[in-house]
Amino acid sequence: MSVLSVRDLHVTYHTGSGGAPAVRGVNFDIERGEVLGLAGESGCGKSTIAGAIIRLLPDKTKIAGEILLEGKSVLDMKPGQLRAARWNEASIIFQGAMHALNPVTSIGDQIIEAIVTHDPGSTKTAPAKAAKLLEQVGLSGRRIDDYPHRLSGGQKQRVMIAMALACDPALVIADEPTTALDVMVQAQVLSLLADLQSELGLSMLFITHDLSVLVEVADRIDVMYAGQVVEEGPAEDVFTSPVHPYTKALAGAYPLIGDRIYRGNPTGLAGDPPDPEDIPSGCAFHPRCAEAFGPCPTTIPSLAPSHDGRASACLLIEGADPGATTSEEVSS
Amino acid sequence: MPGSLQPEMLPGDPEPKPMTAIADEQGLTPEILPKSRRSIGRERRLRSLRASWALFRTSWIGLAGLVVLCLFILIALAAPLLVPKSGTLEAVTVASGSPRLSPPVPGYPLGTDKFGRSISTMLIWGAQVSLLVGALATVGTMVIGAAVGISAGFFGGRIDSLLMRLTDWFLVIPWLALALVLASILGPTLLNIIVVISITSWAFTARVVRAQALTVKSRPYVERAKALGGRNWHVITRHVLPNTFPIVFAQTILIAAAAILTESTLAFLGLGDPQSVSWGKMLQEGFNQAAITTGRWWLIIPPGLCIVVLVLSLTMIGYAFDQILNPRLRDR
Repeated sequence: MSVLSVRDLHVTYHTGSGGAPAVRGVNFDIERGEVLGLAGESGCGKSTIAGAIIRLLPDKTKIAGEILLEGKSVLDMKPGQLRAARWNEASIIFQGAMHALNPVTSIGDQIIEAIVTHDPGSTKTAPAKAAKLLEQVGLSGRRIDDYPHRLSGGQKQRVMIAMALACDPALVIADEPTTALDVMVQAQVLSLLADLQSELGLSMLFITHDLSVLVEVADRIDVMYAGQVVEEGPAEDVFTSPVHPYTKALAGAYPLIGDRIYRGNPTGLAGDPPDPEDIPSGCAFHPRCAEAFGPCPTTIPSLAPSHDGRASACLLIEGADPGATTSEEVSS
Repeated sequence: MPGSLQPEMLPGDPEPKPMTAIADEQGLTPEILPKSRRSIGRERRLRSLRASWALFRTSWIGLAGLVVLCLFILIALAAPLLVPKSGTLEAVTVASGSPRLSPPVPGYPLGTDKFGRSISTMLIWGAQVSLLVGALATVGTMVIGAAVGISAGFFGGRIDSLLMRLTDWFLVIPWLALALVLASILGPTLLNIIVVISITSWAFTARVVRAQALTVKSRPYVERAKALGGRNWHVITRHVLPNTFPIVFAQTILIAAAAILTESTLAFLGLGDPQSVSWGKMLQEGFNQAAITTGRWWLIIPPGLCIVVLVLSLTMIGYAFDQILNPRLRDR
């Protein structure tokens, strides 16, 4: 049984003018001990998926599809069951740890808060456990009584990681855990996460816009664009030999230290991801795609599996099934 | 080409330390931590209290206010030691045949009223009532105001609109008229006067607290607390309340001043507790005995002055608190 199984997930935010579909039909599974990377630009629906898994989205948001966490359907849970599942089954390392800690409470108390919320009888043992967790993430247990303002950004992120591990969750969701950290600290936090993952056999959903980060920590990568998965496959393969033009652009945007030809000439991707309320017809990526051709503006490509466990949604790729639905057919 | 895109470590890049090594460096065992935690916390609170005191001491306005307030509190507490309470009872003084409406003479330093009661004795016992009503009405105001403000801000939506319309109603209704009606319906006891003052003065506090609760609610640590599986009650008491408390606290002193003034007003209008002596009631009796037209100044000047000085001392303390709690007002 997968730790997390997401089937045909649609998330639509409530807006004044109807609704903004932020996630449009996403499928994936995370097996025990596996790290799935979710990549894509800002606004492509990555964090929305994280919010949907523990149901932390605004009240009026419509969530359709199926999310099975340890076999239990998250979308059908009653408030009490949901509260019990949060952190016990799935914990989150939030983006921007600076603000995810309460400034007027010591970090120890905030970790203890996580432990005691799910095990009210553990008030006596929780402080020792919190100290142990702090040491596990490379902080001194003595810092348990420190307030967040005494910690650096990297240390705060470590505290958030310790907190995420407090209830031995089945799944850890890391939502851009390294944004807002400088590169050196990023590397430290990443290697800490990678160490903990292999040490504890964590199952993780790792969300980031940085493909190169995912190569280091993830087993598989799902690349998202405009609320859909456009490419999927083993982490190394997706990064080193991307198939979808969007993945190519993402991989190509990463500067390479020491490469003479590449230096000063990083290939970017012009434009912005589409407004969820106004998604282009056909392949959502076609207005920005360097390789767009004839049928792209009218035909919606479907995620077609190819050899060696990879899949991509692009009309260029052999084996892709054009004409699953075409906008022309819909309109006529 | 894309095969070499992996970020490389710089030659001088230190390998991130393994966690166990860092923990060992500290030479810590988590087991010894819980014992010292409480004492560390107490020490820290004491230190921050001392820092606040040092800041308060720099304001001569606040210090002067504090000295005056302490003097009043001391007199109120020591009242039974200074003068017998029987000196405030009409029947006793009438029977004892003490001089009536006497100007200040030896033995009656502030003169007597028409029942032969010593004004100084009544002043001393009146301090008890004023301070007691001031303190308890402030607590009542704070509790109602904070409860309404936090509920409105935190839950939002319909609860918010409902509570805020109620607050508006209490804000716009002439408070004196409401207080008069309530006091005459409930009956003139000390407890009822406290209740009346609380009911008529919480609205402004609720407004201020709601504004703060709204900003705290949108902080990421509140989202984190929800993701932890915390109930609303938990989120409110652990995160929202502590972060709104400074605002509530800064107001307490000023509300205490207003409460004392309100008590005097009600007593002056004849709605005070007939069982107890209060400054407002002394003013009322002086007024009824035509103190102004007959020139019997000792009937109204002493209680009036006491009210002014006590309220002024509280206002001065409030002014100093404002400077401590609001860093923007501090001199640099």
